[in-house]
Amino acid sequence: MSVSRSRLLSLAALALGLSLTQAASALPQIQSWQTTKGARVLFVEAPDLPMLDIRVVFDAGSARDGGHPGLAAMTANMLPQGAGDWDADEVAVRMESVGASLVASALRDMAFVSTRTLTREPALETALETLSKVLAEPRFAGPDLERLRQNTLTGLRQEEQDPGTVAQKALYREIYGDHPYAGAPNGTPEGVSALTQEDLTAFHRQYYVARNAVVALVGAITRAQAEAIAERVTAGLAAGEPAPPPPEVPDLTGPKTLRIDFTSTQTHVLIGQPGMRRGDPDYFPLYVGNHVLGGSGLVSLLMDEVREKRGLSYSVYSYFLPMRADGPFLMGLQTKNDQADQARDVLMETLRDFILKGPTDAQLAAAKKNLTGGFPLRIAGNAKVVEYLAMIGFYGLPLDYLDRFTERVEAVTAEQIRDAFARRLHPDRLALVKVGPQPGAVAKRGD
Amino acid sequence: MIKLLALLALLSPLAAQAAAKVQELSLDNGLKVVVKEDRRAPVVTSQVWYRIGSSYEHGGITGVSHVLEHMMFKGTEKHPAGEFSRIVAENGGDENAFTGRDYTAYYQNLAKDRLEVAFELEADRMRNLALPPAEFEKELAVVQEERRLRTDDDPESLTDERFNAVAYAASPYRNPVIGWEGDLAELNIDDLRNWYRLWYAPNNATLVVVGDVDAEAVFALARKHFGPLKAEQIAAAKQRPEPPQLGERRLQVKAPAKEPYLMMGYKAPALREAGAEDWEPYALEMLASILDGGSSTRLSRELVRGAQIAAQAQASYSAFTRLPGMLVLDGTPAKGHTVADLEQALKAQVERLKDEPVGEEELERIRTQLIANKVFELDSVYAQAMQIGVLESVGLGWPLIDQYVERLSEITPAQIQAVARKYLTADNLTVAVLDPQPLAGDAPTHTAKAGASPHVR
Repeated sequence: MSVSRSRLLSLAALALGLSLTQAASALPQIQSWQTTKGARVLFVEAPDLPMLDIRVVFDAGSARDGGHPGLAAMTANMLPQGAGDWDADEVAVRMESVGASLVASALRDMAFVSTRTLTREPALETALETLSKVLAEPRFAGPDLERLRQNTLTGLRQEEQDPGTVAQKALYREIYGDHPYAGAPNGTPEGVSALTQEDLTAFHRQYYVARNAVVALVGAITRAQAEAIAERVTAGLAAGEPAPPPPEVPDLTGPKTLRIDFTSTQTHVLIGQPGMRRGDPDYFPLYVGNHVLGGSGLVSLLMDEVREKRGLSYSVYSYFLPMRADGPFLMGLQTKNDQADQARDVLMETLRDFILKGPTDAQLAAAKKNLTGGFPLRIAGNAKVVEYLAMIGFYGLPLDYLDRFTERVEAVTAEQIRDAFARRLHPDRLALVKVGPQPGAVAKRGD
Repeated sequence: MIKLLALLALLSPLAAQAAAKVQELSLDNGLKVVVKEDRRAPVVTSQVWYRIGSSYEHGGITGVSHVLEHMMFKGTEKHPAGEFSRIVAENGGDENAFTGRDYTAYYQNLAKDRLEVAFELEADRMRNLALPPAEFEKELAVVQEERRLRTDDDPESLTDERFNAVAYAASPYRNPVIGWEGDLAELNIDDLRNWYRLWYAPNNATLVVVGDVDAEAVFALARKHFGPLKAEQIAAAKQRPEPPQLGERRLQVKAPAKEPYLMMGYKAPALREAGAEDWEPYALEMLASILDGGSSTRLSRELVRGAQIAAQAQASYSAFTRLPGMLVLDGTPAKGHTVADLEQALKAQVERLKDEPVGEEELERIRTQLIANKVFELDSVYAQAMQIGVLESVGLGWPLIDQYVERLSEITPAQIQAVARKYLTADNLTVAVLDPQPLAGDAPTHTAKAGASPHVR
C-alpha cells in the first residue's frame, strides 16, 4: 500500500497535543480521474497481495424506484442472472472457475456490483470480461425474472417473521412518509409482483450509465492498468446523465407512535427521525456526539444505562446513517415484553439528557481517543479501503477525507456537539415503533 | 492435479511477501503464544482462546460458558466492572468475545503500538476475575434477552436448536451454546466460579497475535504479562461419544412463522479423531463444496435455478471441530413447492453423489476457489488469527493452516463418492421441518399519530 507517513505524523503532532501517541498509519493514497464515458474513478494501489477489488456504484438505489417498489433491487439482483451470450449458470461458472466473485445489490441510495479476483491470468481477464458484460448487457430474461420475483416474495415473507426487520421497515415508513427513502430496497409484495422486464430495461437504460457511476479499484495493479480497467468496465455503458438529487427530507411535524402486534417473546423498540446527509456541515459533531451516546458499542451511554446498569437488553444502539439526502437517526433495543415501556423510557431519558447536556469533557476525550486511535483499523485491508473509495466517490466527498478524518474528529468541541444535537434532534417529534404482543392480543410464547 | 500444483507454486511467492510464517512459543505455565507477522497495515489483532465451550458442559448448567464470557467484562480486583472495555476503547480498540461449542475467545483489534494494553488486561482477567453477584444478576438477564433475540423469536434458529437436540443422543453438541432457557434460569454465581476455576488458566489457553509486530517482541511482552500466572490442573474433557444412529430421526418444530424451513443432517466424522481415515473429513468438505461452493455449484444451479424447487438451499460441514458433527443440508422451498419436495430433491442430490463420480471440471473449480480464497483471506489479520485460534482450540494445531488446501486439493472423485456412500445414509439422517404457525395480525393494529407523545411516562 502506498504510504504517506510524513503527512499524517505532522497532522498528529499538530492535533491538540494528544495524550495519545498516534500510530503511524499507512494512509491509502487515492488517485482519481474520469473515464472517457464520464465515470468517476477512485484508485488505490495495493501491491502486497496479488488480488484486485472492484466496486462499481451507481446512483440507482431504491430511492429511484419511482412508484415501482423493489425495482432498483430487482435490477441489481438480475445483473448476474445472464448477460450477453451467457445465462446465469455461465456467468457463475466463468467467475468461479477462476476463483473470482461477483455480487450485485441495491441499497436506498446506491446500487453496486463488487468483484474480487486474483490479478494473475486467466483470472483477471475472465473477471473483467464478465463484469463488463454484466454491467452493460444484462439479459433480464423473463424466466429469470419470474424466478427471482418468487424468491424475493419468499424473502419478503421471511422478513415478516422477524420482529427486528418488521420494526425497522415500519420505522423508515414513519420517518419518511412519502419520501423515496420510506420504502425498503427489496420492495413490497405488491411492487415486486408488478415488475416487468420493460421496467428493468428502462431502469437500467436510465441509471446504469457512466456519468451516474463511480468505479472504485484497490489492488495490485499499476495506475496505467487501473486506467485501462476502468475504461473497459465502463466501455459498454451509455454516457447518460447523473441522476438528479433526491428530494429534501421534511422534518417530522409531531410525535408518531406505531404499535405492531407480533407474536414474540420480546418487544422491539425503535425510535428515529430524519438525521443527516453525507457531507453535512454538522457531520463531525453529530458523528462524534453519537459515538458517545450510542455508537461505541460496549462503552456508549445507552449501553451503560440500558444494559450495564439495568440488564434490559442485549443490544442497544443509536446511529446516524448519512445518505444523499438526510438519512435517519435511529435508536433501538429489544427487551422482554413486560419491560418494554421501562426500556423505552430509559432510551428517551438518555437521549433527552444528552441533548440537554452534551458530552462531559471526559466522555468527549474518550470518544476522540477511540475514533482517532482506532483509525488505522478502519482502513486495514483492501476490502475496507474499496468501500471507502466507493463512498467518497459516490457522495462527492473530498479526496483527502481519510487524510483529514482524525484531524476533524479532534477538532470537535463539546459545545459544537450540544449545539448540533439541539438543532438537529427533536425529542418531541420522534417516530416510535414498538413491535411485540399488544395488550389483549395473542398470548406470548416461551416466556 | 498438475495444473493445480503449478498454480500453487506460482501463487505462493506472491502471497509470501505479505504473510510471514507463523511462530510459536510455550511459556512455562503452559500458555501457548502463536504469532504471525503481517506488516501490510499498522494494526494488530490479539486473541485469547480458551479450550472451553458448550460441548464441555454437563446437564443443568448449559450456557454457563457463554454467561461466563459475558462476566469476563465485569471486572477484576484491579479493574472494576466496565473498565476493561473503557481502557480498550480509549486506546482505539475494537473488542468483543464469542463462545462456541469448542472454544471461548476474546479479541482486541488495535493500532500496533497498543498491544501491551490488551496483554495487561487479558492476563489480569485470566486468573483474577471478581464475579460480583450483583453484576451476575444483571448480566444473566442480558443473556436471557440475547436468547430471546437469537433463538426464541427466530423460527429458523429455533428449528436449528431443536434439530441438534434430536440428532445427537449423547454428544454434547446436542445442547445450544447459549443454553436451555430453564438451565439459564437456574444458573447461579457458584456455577460460574467453579467453571472459571476449572478452565481459565494459561495452560488451557492460546494467545494468538497477528499483525504488524515483531514476534520476538510479542513473546517478550507475553512473558512479562502472562508469565507470572499460575497454571491449573486441567481435567481432560470427556469425549461423550455419540452412539451409532439406528435409523432416521424426524422432528417438527411448530413456531410462529411465514415460511417453512427444512434441515437434514447426516452424522459425519471430524478430522481430529479420523486417524488413518483422515482423508474422509477432507472428502466431506469437498462434497459440501460440490453441492454449495458458490453460485455455480449443484444446489444453486440445479435446485434454485434449474428445477426451481428451492428458494434457498445450503450445504455445510466442518472437518475442524473437536467432536464429530454433521453434514447439514438446509433450505426453504420455492413458491409452489413443499418441504417434502425439497427434501426429495436434496435426497436425489445425495443419491447422485453416491451413484456417479463428480466431474473433474467441477472439482477443479472448487480447487481454484480454495487457492484464491487462501490469498483473499490474507486481506484480514483478524481472519488469519481466527484460523489459528480455531485449529489450536479444537486440538488440531495451527500448522494445518499450511496443509489443508493441499489436502483438500488431493481429494478424488472416488473418495467423494466413498464418503457419500458411507455417511450420507438413510439411517444416519435427522430431518427437521419448521411448520409455520400463525403470527399475530398481519398488519398494524392501530396507529396513534397525533396526541399522545411517545415518551410519556
